[in-house]
Amino acid sequence: MSPRRTPSGGRIDRLRTIRFTFDGTAYTGHQGDTLASALLANGVSLFARSFKYHRPRGVLTAGIDEPNALVTVLRGEVREPNLPATMVEIYDGLVAVSQNRFPSLAYDVSAINQLGGRFLSAGFYYKTFMGPVVGPLKGTRFWMMCEHVIRRAAGLGRAGREPDTARYEKMNAFCDVLVVGSGPAGLAAAREAVASGRRVILAELDALFGGSTNWSGEAIDGEPASAWAGDIIGELKGHKNVRLLKRTTVWGYYDGNTVAALERVSDHKASAAKGAPRHRNWTIRAGKIVLATGAFERPLVFPGNDRPGVMMASAAQRYANQYGVLPGDKIAVFANNDSAYRTAAALNKAGATIAAIVDVRPDISEDCRTLARQCGAELLVGHAVVGTEGGKKLTGIKIAPFTAAAGALPGGGRNIEADCLLMSGGWSPTIHLASQAGARPVWDADLQAFLPPEAGKGWVGAGAFNGVFSTAEAIAEGFAAGRVAADLPAIEIGTLPQIEPAALDPRPAPVFEIRAKGKSFVDFQHDVTSDDVRLAHLEGFVSVEHLKRYTTLGMATDQGKGSNVPGLAIMAEAVGKPIPEVGTTRFRPPFAPVSVGALAGERYGDLKPERLTPMHDWHLENDATMYSAGLWFRPMIYGDPGETVEQAYVREAGTTRETAGIVDVSTLGKIAVQGPDAAEFLDRVYTNIFSTLPVGKARYGLMLREDGIAFDDGTTWRLGVNDFLMTTTTANAGKVMQHLEYFLDVVWPDLKVHLTSVTDQWAGAAIGGPKAREILASCVTGTKVDNEALPFMGIVHGEIAGAPVMICRLSFSGEMAFEVYSGAGHGIHVWEALIEAGKPQGMVPYGLEALGTMRIEKGHVTGAEIDGRTTARDLHLGWMLSKKKPFIGSAMMDREGLIASDRLELVGLISLDNRPLSGGAHIVMEADPENPHGSLGHITAACFSPALGKYIALALVSGGKALHGKRAQVSDPLRNRFGPVEIVSNHFFDPEGKRMHG
Amino acid sequence: MLITCPYCGPRDVSEFAYQGDGNRTRPDPSSTDSEAWHAYVYERPNPAGAHNEIWLHAGGCRAHLAVVRDTLTHEIASVRFAREHGAAPHGRRKPGAKA
Repeated sequence: MSPRRTPSGGRIDRLRTIRFTFDGTAYTGHQGDTLASALLANGVSLFARSFKYHRPRGVLTAGIDEPNALVTVLRGEVREPNLPATMVEIYDGLVAVSQNRFPSLAYDVSAINQLGGRFLSAGFYYKTFMGPVVGPLKGTRFWMMCEHVIRRAAGLGRAGREPDTARYEKMNAFCDVLVVGSGPAGLAAAREAVASGRRVILAELDALFGGSTNWSGEAIDGEPASAWAGDIIGELKGHKNVRLLKRTTVWGYYDGNTVAALERVSDHKASAAKGAPRHRNWTIRAGKIVLATGAFERPLVFPGNDRPGVMMASAAQRYANQYGVLPGDKIAVFANNDSAYRTAAALNKAGATIAAIVDVRPDISEDCRTLARQCGAELLVGHAVVGTEGGKKLTGIKIAPFTAAAGALPGGGRNIEADCLLMSGGWSPTIHLASQAGARPVWDADLQAFLPPEAGKGWVGAGAFNGVFSTAEAIAEGFAAGRVAADLPAIEIGTLPQIEPAALDPRPAPVFEIRAKGKSFVDFQHDVTSDDVRLAHLEGFVSVEHLKRYTTLGMATDQGKGSNVPGLAIMAEAVGKPIPEVGTTRFRPPFAPVSVGALAGERYGDLKPERLTPMHDWHLENDATMYSAGLWFRPMIYGDPGETVEQAYVREAGTTRETAGIVDVSTLGKIAVQGPDAAEFLDRVYTNIFSTLPVGKARYGLMLREDGIAFDDGTTWRLGVNDFLMTTTTANAGKVMQHLEYFLDVVWPDLKVHLTSVTDQWAGAAIGGPKAREILASCVTGTKVDNEALPFMGIVHGEIAGAPVMICRLSFSGEMAFEVYSGAGHGIHVWEALIEAGKPQGMVPYGLEALGTMRIEKGHVTGAEIDGRTTARDLHLGWMLSKKKPFIGSAMMDREGLIASDRLELVGLISLDNRPLSGGAHIVMEADPENPHGSLGHITAACFSPALGKYIALALVSGGKALHGKRAQVSDPLRNRFGPVEIVSNHFFDPEGKRMHG
Repeated sequence: MLITCPYCGPRDVSEFAYQGDGNRTRPDPSSTDSEAWHAYVYERPNPAGAHNEIWLHAGGCRAHLAVVRDTLTHEIASVRFAREHGAAPHGRRKPGAKA
């Protein structure tokens, strides 16, 4: 028998023993235990070291509000830090370790921080981290160095380095009524809503449904409360319209009555069941939500209130009644309200000695006096606990007379021996979800608590959530809330259930803090003391929002579930205002920490689709080195063995200009623009005119944005009077489509035009070079391809190897070139036929590097130059801006700043030191490697030009054309590249276009 | 947030792409009123409350929708086709006019 396990009772399976370790020591517990209850049963009192001062800490609560007992659970190499031991269900083989201690929990060297308490008070960083004004560690630099050390000393658990191997999933659900919380109120609501045939989801964050019925020790209509709850749960399980979710925390309340809930599916098991995830994140869309989320008991603030052995009263009752564990042998109770008297009775019944009940109130009810007498406790009304004794374990408490009205300690006092102190400072309804939904809490002076306001549009509350603390009334409220949520007319519940024992007065005395010498903790998890709160006030922080951020009160992983109201109360007292005037902070999601894995679900890794052209496999078989261009994979080079990238593209581009080359251009964006108004539409979206384009011809077009900046370019082919095929750059295909759709749908809905994205429907091959026409002629049937049949920018239809093709004579390379389009299904067939036809002439396939090289030689622009900052004129495309019609961007393109003379303009550069140039390098008049300055612009694209035999580049340079023929310098300090260049026209090669016109 | 697309019914917001403020009026295309163009391209109200917006049902029918959304609550007061209701009065041709 474990030292603190009661001989019988509790909702645990005593026949099932579970073995686990904590900090390497082996322990046993039972099925139904949490790590906290099992360790308490084994007599463990020290669970953790605190955040800042490394003070020894025990377990304060029995639930999700636990601030102290945070542990790390290890699954192999995967670490899960900062789990409240109160929420970790034990399983065979569980390995848990404590956090924020070195070398061990019992002997932690950083505990010395306690001595420097004054030094580490609120605002420590802000006040301390102001560095010297001179010297090498000027400003905050010195402190940024120190921060590494301090961060290590102050903190929570350490995150793991190993990838998480667990699986997570997401689930969507819909219901008429979502009930959050399965205590008496929630169960009554669910039962009522289900009875009327509504689809109901009941979410409970604990492992057991029933809420307080699992540990209240009450009887409902003569049977144990847990049996009453069990009956209802059995009834609900039989309904097909009900989904019961246990271990499920509703953590976010969003618009449209959508909530997010985290279901911990497998954390309580050694390994997940086959196919089961670790966590499942639910998105639940509910018609109406019943909030039956209960309340959290508040700690009292007094010196030494954080010593291991000091615990919330309700938590102790839960340990005794639900887990069969006594948190101490000799227990003292410190309270400002009646509820702790029931706890004392429960613990006494379970076998503990109640040494004393210390109550701040000068007078208490006869019921409470009777309870105190029955459990044999010394009753000390009008007293307070002013200190605790013991090191890592409570050995006794100091008490003194206390005047509640004045909050004064008139003097005197003595010590009482105790190994456990239970405190109860009243109850705070769990209004977090209502607050997230936008409800402004209302202060109730009787209950000394923030209550939710009138039910919201999408939710209705019940039970302790509403500040209704008696089980009978909670059931009645649940009944009523269930009917409201199910949209049923309100009726009387009839007879209220009989609850034994009868409820006590829920109103606490308005006492939050006992001001005596010593550290009194308000926020246990962030080590915020009542003095820190007062210090914040002294330093001028009067808003609660500022208080929160300055002291970090309520900003730890527990989000101030217990500390929020005591913190406000102390602030209010310091400010000299009533609590409601000080106000409260708004709660935000998540209510409790959520695993990032559950938010990602199955969506992790590289989520982008990979787009492959119809000729992809051919490229791979022919030794292409592929790289990604947007979503597409395209050949970079088709390298010969032993060739460098530069050698390969120089060979490919050189051969193309000498004989012929072929490149896969299937990735270009293609949009079918069709309809009686298609030509008019193109006139509006392009800067130049398309309505005059004859059928069977193509034209190069440029689009601007509304603000007059260049947007995209490409050729558009007129296939019929009302039928155009627009091509866009590969990268902008989606953007252009969306742009056109927007204008068509929103701005010009009267235009009769239909847009279809046909990028994937066409395969494209561009074949260029002096021998290109000859090669094409040798394999095309059904049409001639000579100058007469197929002039520059002309379009013909024919067949290649039996497959229908469309050929347009246009050139990006500057050579006599043709783009051959076929249906995507014929793409590889046509490609191979072209390759075959090119063999006698020595035609080569070329990749993007050679493509880029030839376009730089020609001075054509791409996305590197159309970069969202340049205008048409900057790119010497001013000739494309029609003066005959308005178009998108025409109204704003002539703004002062867009036509200024010092704008960056497209130029060509030739490397004068015969060394490579690279994109991003700056252009300056005089290079100054020590202190780079005076940039005139930058390089956008660079290559070795086989046609010129030189390293060349395109650049955007201020002054542009006026600098042609001038010498300048490249300044590239990152790559340490400096050297002379000559600024020339961007048309390096064949500026008259003789080659492509043939 | 659910948007009830007139074609597709109530769909999750993840299927939609925001396409900007629905209040702006595109000046007449031939207008040279730089103030008007500036207002159209750059100026946006930022109301706390009802807001006219254009949404594209990108993952659905690709219709542009004129949506009235409350910026404080995400409540959606109305959804209509932008082509019927959201277009600016200026900059349109007369229906039936030839290209």
